[in-house]
Amino acid sequence: MNPVIDKVAQWSEEGKMAALATVVKVERSGPLGPGTSMAVSEDGQVVGSVSGGCVEPAVYEEAMTAIEGGEPRLLSYGISDDEAFGVGLTCGGTIHIFVERVDW
Amino acid sequence: MAGLLSRWHAALAEQSPVAVATVIQGPEGSLGGKILVFPEDHTGTAGNAELDKAVVETARGLLEGGRTETVHLGPRGQRRMEDVAVFIQSFAPPPRMYVFGAIDFASAVARVGKFMGYRVIVCDARAVFATRERFPSADEIVVAWPDEFLKTAEVDGRSVITVLTHDPKFDVPVLKQALGTSAGYIGAMGSRRTHDNRTARLKEEGVTDEQLARISSPIGLDIGARTPEETAIAIAAEIVALRTGHSGGRLAERSGPIHEAAAETSTGGESVR
Repeated sequence: MNPVIDKVAQWSEEGKMAALATVVKVERSGPLGPGTSMAVSEDGQVVGSVSGGCVEPAVYEEAMTAIEGGEPRLLSYGISDDEAFGVGLTCGGTIHIFVERVDW
Repeated sequence: MAGLLSRWHAALAEQSPVAVATVIQGPEGSLGGKILVFPEDHTGTAGNAELDKAVVETARGLLEGGRTETVHLGPRGQRRMEDVAVFIQSFAPPPRMYVFGAIDFASAVARVGKFMGYRVIVCDARAVFATRERFPSADEIVVAWPDEFLKTAEVDGRSVITVLTHDPKFDVPVLKQALGTSAGYIGAMGSRRTHDNRTARLKEEGVTDEQLARISSPIGLDIGARTPEETAIAIAAEIVALRTGHSGGRLAERSGPIHEAAAETSTGGESVR
């Protein structure tokens, strides 16, 4: 069983909106591989993770934006990304994360 | 629950294979298009019928191998075009670990196998050893001659076969049978002397040097393991190292990236990984 999808399904049953963030690509060194995911519910619950913990706060914000009606987005975090530099990926790689509202 | 989520969730709960394809890059408005691909059917759309056809075809291939990848296609599913990127994630059932020989070491190997996400099947011809009390964590416990059992067992490239009996009467036939499968890992336990003796017997049985090279024997990485638990860790580490093409050894004594952006995917008990 996949704990993230399990939780998203449960939120859906409860009538809660949610967003799913999935690691789709890892360049050089990254702690978690493609397919690793994290989900956020409209009331702020989080399940799963997408890194060693360093980019989760930023992804959380993006997920909330998606829930509020934002378009799906492909995000990149890593040393090559100035914006993400503040977020900081401890392992020194770049990860690409797709964030989408669960409306399917 | 909406349609796709509900079917995705159901497939995972039943441990039936499913690939989830999502458009992650492409023309305006196409992002987030999603198809669930099952071995026999599919549901959802990536945007248009031609693109769907190409995505479904590709996803079935990836699903068979339990692989997760991003593929690039044209807006109408054309190969050799790059306009659309589709992330395809395979949720295949957990890979299998076969543990032959219901000794104390087997109990620890079965536990570590379960911990790693394998579906663990323990098999021994001796009913007194192959018991639920001794293997509480195993998914299946089979009392049968190992080679006979392996003839009908499901084995694929993600399967792991460990032969822990270190008794030639069991080892040799089951290893011969294992070499006829596509198992990703075959390991056999035993001292150097057992190993030499077993190797000689396998050769007498017509096993070639090339085939012998597929067998990790003596089994495990050289970490000085003594107890069944430590030995199970040494075996687990070797299974991972062979799958990823790493040699083992201390990270502290190396430089360079720790996690390579490799194509291989995790065992995914829930990756189903």
